[in-house]
Amino acid sequence: MIVAIRKITGKTPIKIWHKEYDIPNLDLIVIPGGFTFGDYLRCGALAARSPVITSIKNHISRGGTVLGVCNGFQILIEAKILPGSLIRNKKLLFTCRETTLEVQSCIENPFLSGLKIGECLKIPVAHNEGNYFAPEDLLKQLKEEGRIALKYIKQKDNEKNYNPNGSTEDIAGILSKNGKVLGMMPHPERAMNYLHGGTDGLKFLTNCVEQIIG
Amino acid sequence: MKVIVNVSLKEGVLDPEGQAIKSSLNNLGFEHCSDVRTGKQIILNLDQKSETEVIKQAKKMCEELLVNTVIQNYEINILKD
Repeated sequence: MIVAIRKITGKTPIKIWHKEYDIPNLDLIVIPGGFTFGDYLRCGALAARSPVITSIKNHISRGGTVLGVCNGFQILIEAKILPGSLIRNKKLLFTCRETTLEVQSCIENPFLSGLKIGECLKIPVAHNEGNYFAPEDLLKQLKEEGRIALKYIKQKDNEKNYNPNGSTEDIAGILSKNGKVLGMMPHPERAMNYLHGGTDGLKFLTNCVEQIIG
Repeated sequence: MKVIVNVSLKEGVLDPEGQAIKSSLNNLGFEHCSDVRTGKQIILNLDQKSETEVIKQAKKMCEELLVNTVIQNYEINILKD
Protein backbone atom coordinates (compact mmCIF):
# COMPACT_ATOMS: atom_id res chain seq x y z
CA MET A 1 0.00 0.00 0.00
CA ILE A 2 2.86 2.36 0.86
CA VAL A 3 4.50 1.63 -2.52
CA ALA A 4 1.17 2.30 -4.27
CA ILE A 5 0.54 5.62 -2.50
CA ARG A 6 4.16 6.67 -3.09
CA LYS A 7 3.81 5.88 -6.78
CA ILE A 8 0.72 8.09 -7.04
CA THR A 9 1.69 11.02 -4.83
CA GLY A 10 5.47 10.94 -5.16
CA LYS A 11 5.62 11.19 -1.36
CA THR A 12 6.17 8.46 1.21
CA PRO A 13 3.20 8.17 3.58
CA ILE A 14 3.77 8.30 7.34
CA LYS A 15 3.59 4.91 9.02
CA ILE A 16 1.72 4.90 12.32
CA TRP A 17 2.35 2.18 14.90
CA HIS A 18 -0.77 0.70 16.47
CA LYS A 19 0.27 1.77 19.98
CA GLU A 20 0.51 5.44 19.04
CA TYR A 21 -2.04 7.90 20.41
CA ASP A 22 -0.72 11.11 18.93
CA ILE A 23 -1.24 11.34 15.22
CA PRO A 24 -0.88 14.51 13.16
CA ASN A 25 -3.67 15.95 11.02
CA LEU A 26 -3.69 13.76 7.92
CA ASP A 27 -5.36 13.99 4.50
CA LEU A 28 -6.07 10.28 4.40
CA ILE A 29 -5.56 7.38 6.76
CA VAL A 30 -5.27 3.99 5.08
CA ILE A 31 -5.66 0.85 7.16
CA PRO A 32 -4.12 -1.80 4.93
CA GLY A 33 -4.67 -5.56 4.86
CA GLY A 34 -2.49 -7.95 6.79
CA PHE A 35 -3.96 -10.45 9.29
CA THR A 36 -3.33 -8.38 12.43
CA PHE A 37 -2.79 -10.48 15.57
CA GLY A 38 -2.94 -13.61 13.42
CA ASP A 39 -6.73 -13.24 13.07
CA TYR A 40 -7.06 -14.44 16.70
CA LEU A 41 -10.53 -14.27 18.32
CA ARG A 42 -12.10 -12.69 15.19
CA CYS A 43 -10.43 -10.99 12.23
CA GLY A 44 -9.53 -7.44 13.25
CA ALA A 45 -11.05 -7.81 16.74
CA LEU A 46 -7.82 -7.26 18.68
CA ALA A 47 -6.47 -4.54 16.37
CA ALA A 48 -9.78 -2.69 16.71
CA ARG A 49 -9.01 -2.33 20.45
CA SER A 50 -5.48 -0.98 19.85
CA PRO A 51 -4.71 2.54 21.16
CA VAL A 52 -4.42 4.05 17.66
CA ILE A 53 -8.11 3.37 16.99
CA THR A 54 -9.12 6.15 19.41
CA SER A 55 -7.02 8.58 17.35
CA ILE A 56 -8.55 7.28 14.12
CA LYS A 57 -12.03 7.79 15.59
CA ASN A 58 -11.05 11.37 16.51
CA HIS A 59 -9.77 11.92 12.96
CA ILE A 60 -13.13 10.68 11.62
CA SER A 61 -15.14 12.89 13.98
CA ARG A 62 -13.16 15.87 12.67
CA GLY A 63 -14.42 14.93 9.18
CA GLY A 64 -11.23 13.06 8.21
CA THR A 65 -11.03 10.46 5.48
CA VAL A 66 -10.23 6.77 6.08
CA LEU A 67 -9.83 3.88 3.65
CA GLY A 68 -9.78 0.33 5.04
CA VAL A 69 -8.73 -2.50 2.76
CA CYS A 70 -9.24 -6.20 3.54
CA ASN A 71 -8.10 -6.63 7.18
CA GLY A 72 -8.41 -2.83 7.36
CA PHE A 73 -12.11 -3.22 6.51
CA GLN A 74 -12.43 -5.96 9.15
CA ILE A 75 -10.81 -3.64 11.72
CA LEU A 76 -13.19 -0.77 10.84
CA ILE A 77 -16.12 -3.16 11.34
CA GLU A 78 -14.77 -4.53 14.63
CA ALA A 79 -14.12 -0.96 15.84
CA LYS A 80 -17.80 -0.27 15.04
CA ILE A 81 -16.76 2.55 12.70
CA LEU A 82 -18.62 0.72 9.92
CA PRO A 83 -21.70 -1.46 10.58
CA GLY A 84 -22.37 -5.13 9.88
CA SER A 85 -20.00 -8.05 10.04
CA LEU A 86 -17.48 -9.94 7.89
CA ILE A 87 -17.86 -13.69 8.29
CA ARG A 88 -16.20 -16.80 6.87
CA ASN A 89 -16.26 -17.14 3.07
CA LYS A 90 -19.27 -19.21 2.07
CA LYS A 91 -17.16 -21.96 0.50
CA LEU A 92 -14.70 -22.05 3.43
CA LEU A 93 -11.81 -21.32 1.08
CA PHE A 94 -9.17 -18.66 1.32
CA THR A 95 -9.83 -16.86 -1.96
CA CYS A 96 -7.04 -15.07 -3.78
CA ARG A 97 -7.99 -13.98 -7.28
CA GLU A 98 -9.19 -11.14 -9.47
CA THR A 99 -12.76 -9.93 -9.07
CA THR A 100 -14.82 -7.43 -11.05
CA LEU A 101 -16.32 -4.59 -9.04
CA GLU A 102 -19.12 -2.28 -10.08
CA VAL A 103 -19.26 1.29 -8.80
CA GLN A 104 -22.67 1.79 -7.17
CA SER A 105 -24.88 4.82 -7.07
CA CYS A 106 -24.14 6.10 -3.57
CA ILE A 107 -23.76 9.21 -1.42
CA GLU A 108 -21.05 11.71 -2.24
CA ASN A 109 -17.67 10.40 -1.19
CA PRO A 110 -14.02 11.09 -1.99
CA PHE A 111 -13.28 7.53 -3.13
CA LEU A 112 -15.56 7.06 -6.14
CA SER A 113 -16.65 10.59 -7.07
CA GLY A 114 -14.34 10.75 -10.09
CA LEU A 115 -15.58 7.39 -11.39
CA LYS A 116 -18.82 6.69 -13.25
CA ILE A 117 -21.75 4.84 -11.69
CA GLY A 118 -21.80 1.35 -13.19
CA GLU A 119 -18.12 1.53 -14.09
CA CYS A 120 -16.30 -1.78 -13.66
CA LEU A 121 -12.94 -2.22 -11.96
CA LYS A 122 -10.87 -5.40 -11.98
CA ILE A 123 -9.29 -5.65 -8.54
CA PRO A 124 -8.10 -8.81 -6.73
CA VAL A 125 -9.23 -10.14 -3.36
CA ALA A 126 -7.22 -12.26 -0.91
CA HIS A 127 -9.16 -13.24 2.19
CA ASN A 128 -10.78 -15.94 4.27
CA GLU A 129 -13.40 -13.83 6.06
CA GLY A 130 -14.80 -11.36 3.55
CA ASN A 131 -18.40 -12.46 3.47
CA TYR A 132 -20.21 -9.22 4.33
CA PHE A 133 -23.25 -9.91 6.49
CA ALA A 134 -25.86 -7.36 7.51
CA PRO A 135 -29.14 -8.07 9.30
CA GLU A 136 -32.17 -7.14 7.16
CA ASP A 137 -32.89 -3.82 8.88
CA LEU A 138 -29.28 -2.72 8.52
CA LEU A 139 -29.21 -3.72 4.86
CA LYS A 140 -32.34 -1.64 4.28
CA GLN A 141 -30.73 1.30 6.07
CA LEU A 142 -27.51 1.01 4.04
CA LYS A 143 -29.51 1.06 0.80
CA GLU A 144 -31.65 4.01 1.87
CA GLU A 145 -28.61 5.98 2.94
CA GLY A 146 -26.71 5.12 -0.27
CA ARG A 147 -23.82 3.53 1.57
CA ILE A 148 -23.21 0.47 -0.61
CA ALA A 149 -20.20 1.62 -2.65
CA LEU A 150 -18.91 -1.44 -4.49
CA LYS A 151 -20.43 -4.76 -5.53
CA TYR A 152 -18.96 -7.85 -7.17
CA ILE A 153 -20.46 -8.20 -10.63
CA LYS A 154 -20.81 -10.85 -13.33
CA GLN A 155 -18.77 -10.52 -16.49
CA LYS A 156 -20.91 -13.03 -18.35
CA ASP A 157 -24.55 -13.98 -17.79
CA ASN A 158 -23.69 -17.56 -16.87
CA GLU A 159 -20.81 -16.70 -14.55
CA LYS A 160 -21.32 -18.41 -11.19
CA ASN A 161 -18.41 -17.54 -8.92
CA TYR A 162 -18.20 -13.82 -9.53
CA ASN A 163 -18.83 -13.22 -5.83
CA PRO A 164 -15.70 -14.63 -4.14
CA ASN A 165 -17.11 -14.97 -0.62
CA GLY A 166 -20.92 -15.20 -0.73
CA SER A 167 -21.49 -11.69 0.68
CA THR A 168 -25.04 -10.37 1.08
CA GLU A 169 -26.19 -8.84 -2.23
CA ASP A 170 -22.62 -9.17 -3.59
CA ILE A 171 -21.41 -6.29 -1.40
CA ALA A 172 -17.65 -5.63 -1.67
CA GLY A 173 -17.42 -2.25 0.04
CA ILE A 174 -19.48 0.11 2.21
CA LEU A 175 -19.31 3.74 3.29
CA SER A 176 -19.83 5.52 6.59
CA LYS A 177 -22.87 7.76 7.01
CA ASN A 178 -20.90 10.88 5.99
CA GLY A 179 -19.19 9.08 3.07
CA LYS A 180 -15.72 9.80 4.46
CA VAL A 181 -14.89 6.23 5.48
CA LEU A 182 -14.76 3.38 2.96
CA GLY A 183 -14.17 -0.25 3.85
CA MET A 184 -13.57 -2.71 1.01
CA MET A 185 -12.35 -6.31 0.79
CA PRO A 186 -10.55 -6.07 -2.61
CA HIS A 187 -6.94 -4.83 -2.74
CA PRO A 188 -6.52 -1.85 -5.12
CA GLU A 189 -2.78 -1.74 -4.30
CA ARG A 190 -2.44 -5.14 -5.96
CA ALA A 191 -3.61 -3.90 -9.37
CA MET A 192 -1.07 -1.16 -9.98
CA ASN A 193 0.77 -2.27 -13.11
CA TYR A 194 0.53 -4.71 -16.00
CA LEU A 195 2.67 -7.25 -14.17
CA HIS A 196 -0.07 -7.40 -11.53
CA GLY A 197 -2.52 -8.27 -14.29
CA GLY A 198 -4.14 -4.85 -14.51
CA THR A 199 -4.10 -1.21 -13.47
CA ASP A 200 -7.62 -0.61 -12.20
CA GLY A 201 -6.32 -0.37 -8.64
CA LEU A 202 -4.02 2.44 -9.75
CA LYS A 203 -6.99 4.16 -11.35
CA PHE A 204 -9.05 3.77 -8.16
CA LEU A 205 -6.32 5.01 -5.79
CA THR A 206 -5.28 7.85 -8.11
CA ASN A 207 -8.89 8.99 -8.14
CA CYS A 208 -9.04 8.85 -4.31
CA VAL A 209 -5.87 10.92 -3.99
CA GLU A 210 -7.12 13.47 -6.57
CA GLN A 211 -10.48 13.82 -4.83
CA ILE A 212 -8.92 14.18 -1.38
CA ILE A 213 -5.80 16.24 -2.03
CA GLY A 214 -6.72 17.77 -5.40
CA MET B 1 -12.86 -18.20 39.90
CA LYS B 2 -13.13 -19.89 36.51
CA VAL B 3 -15.73 -18.67 34.08
CA ILE B 4 -16.76 -20.35 30.86
CA VAL B 5 -18.01 -18.18 28.03
CA ASN B 6 -19.75 -20.02 25.21
CA VAL B 7 -20.00 -18.02 22.01
CA SER B 8 -22.38 -19.19 19.29
CA LEU B 9 -23.63 -17.83 16.00
CA LYS B 10 -27.06 -16.21 15.99
CA GLU B 11 -29.86 -17.92 14.15
CA GLY B 12 -29.98 -16.89 10.51
CA VAL B 13 -26.23 -16.26 10.31
CA LEU B 14 -24.60 -18.58 7.79
CA ASP B 15 -22.24 -21.11 9.39
CA PRO B 16 -20.24 -22.62 6.50
CA GLU B 17 -18.03 -24.58 8.91
CA GLY B 18 -21.11 -26.14 10.53
CA GLN B 19 -22.49 -26.96 7.08
CA ALA B 20 -19.25 -28.72 6.10
CA ILE B 21 -19.24 -30.74 9.35
CA LYS B 22 -22.89 -31.68 8.83
CA SER B 23 -22.21 -32.90 5.32
CA SER B 24 -19.29 -35.05 6.57
CA LEU B 25 -21.40 -36.50 9.38
CA ASN B 26 -24.14 -37.36 6.87
CA ASN B 27 -21.54 -39.06 4.67
CA LEU B 28 -20.35 -41.13 7.65
CA GLY B 29 -23.87 -42.49 8.02
CA PHE B 30 -25.26 -40.06 10.59
CA GLU B 31 -28.17 -39.23 8.29
CA HIS B 32 -30.32 -37.96 11.15
CA CYS B 33 -27.99 -35.04 11.74
CA SER B 34 -29.96 -32.27 10.09
CA ASP B 35 -27.98 -29.23 11.26
CA VAL B 36 -24.64 -28.35 12.83
CA ARG B 37 -23.72 -24.99 14.34
CA THR B 38 -20.22 -24.24 15.53
CA GLY B 39 -19.06 -21.89 18.26
CA LYS B 40 -16.18 -21.00 20.51
CA GLN B 41 -15.51 -21.57 24.18
CA ILE B 42 -13.41 -19.11 26.16
CA ILE B 43 -12.32 -19.98 29.71
CA LEU B 44 -11.44 -17.04 31.95
CA ASN B 45 -9.72 -17.05 35.30
CA LEU B 46 -10.89 -14.06 37.32
CA ASP B 47 -9.28 -13.17 40.64
CA GLN B 48 -12.49 -12.25 42.41
CA LYS B 49 -14.58 -13.83 45.15
CA SER B 50 -18.08 -12.53 44.48
CA GLU B 51 -20.05 -14.50 41.89
CA THR B 52 -22.17 -11.49 40.96
CA GLU B 53 -19.07 -9.40 40.38
CA VAL B 54 -17.48 -12.15 38.27
CA ILE B 55 -20.57 -12.46 36.08
CA LYS B 56 -20.74 -8.68 35.75
CA GLN B 57 -17.09 -8.47 34.68
CA ALA B 58 -17.41 -11.39 32.22
CA LYS B 59 -20.48 -9.79 30.67
CA LYS B 60 -18.58 -6.54 30.20
CA MET B 61 -15.70 -8.46 28.58
CA CYS B 62 -18.15 -10.15 26.20
CA GLU B 63 -19.73 -6.87 25.16
CA GLU B 64 -16.40 -5.05 24.76
CA LEU B 65 -14.26 -7.69 23.07
CA LEU B 66 -15.07 -11.38 23.28
CA VAL B 67 -18.30 -11.36 21.28
CA ASN B 68 -19.40 -9.74 18.04
CA THR B 69 -22.99 -9.09 19.04
CA VAL B 70 -24.04 -8.43 15.44
CA ILE B 71 -23.68 -12.13 14.60
CA GLN B 72 -23.01 -13.93 17.90
CA ASN B 73 -24.80 -14.85 21.12
CA TYR B 74 -23.06 -15.72 24.37
CA GLU B 75 -23.67 -17.58 27.58
CA ILE B 76 -21.66 -17.16 30.79
CA ASN B 77 -21.28 -19.97 33.35
CA ILE B 78 -19.19 -20.16 36.49
CA LEU B 79 -17.14 -23.36 36.61
CA LYS B 80 -17.65 -25.00 40.00
CA ASP B 81 -14.82 -27.18 41.33
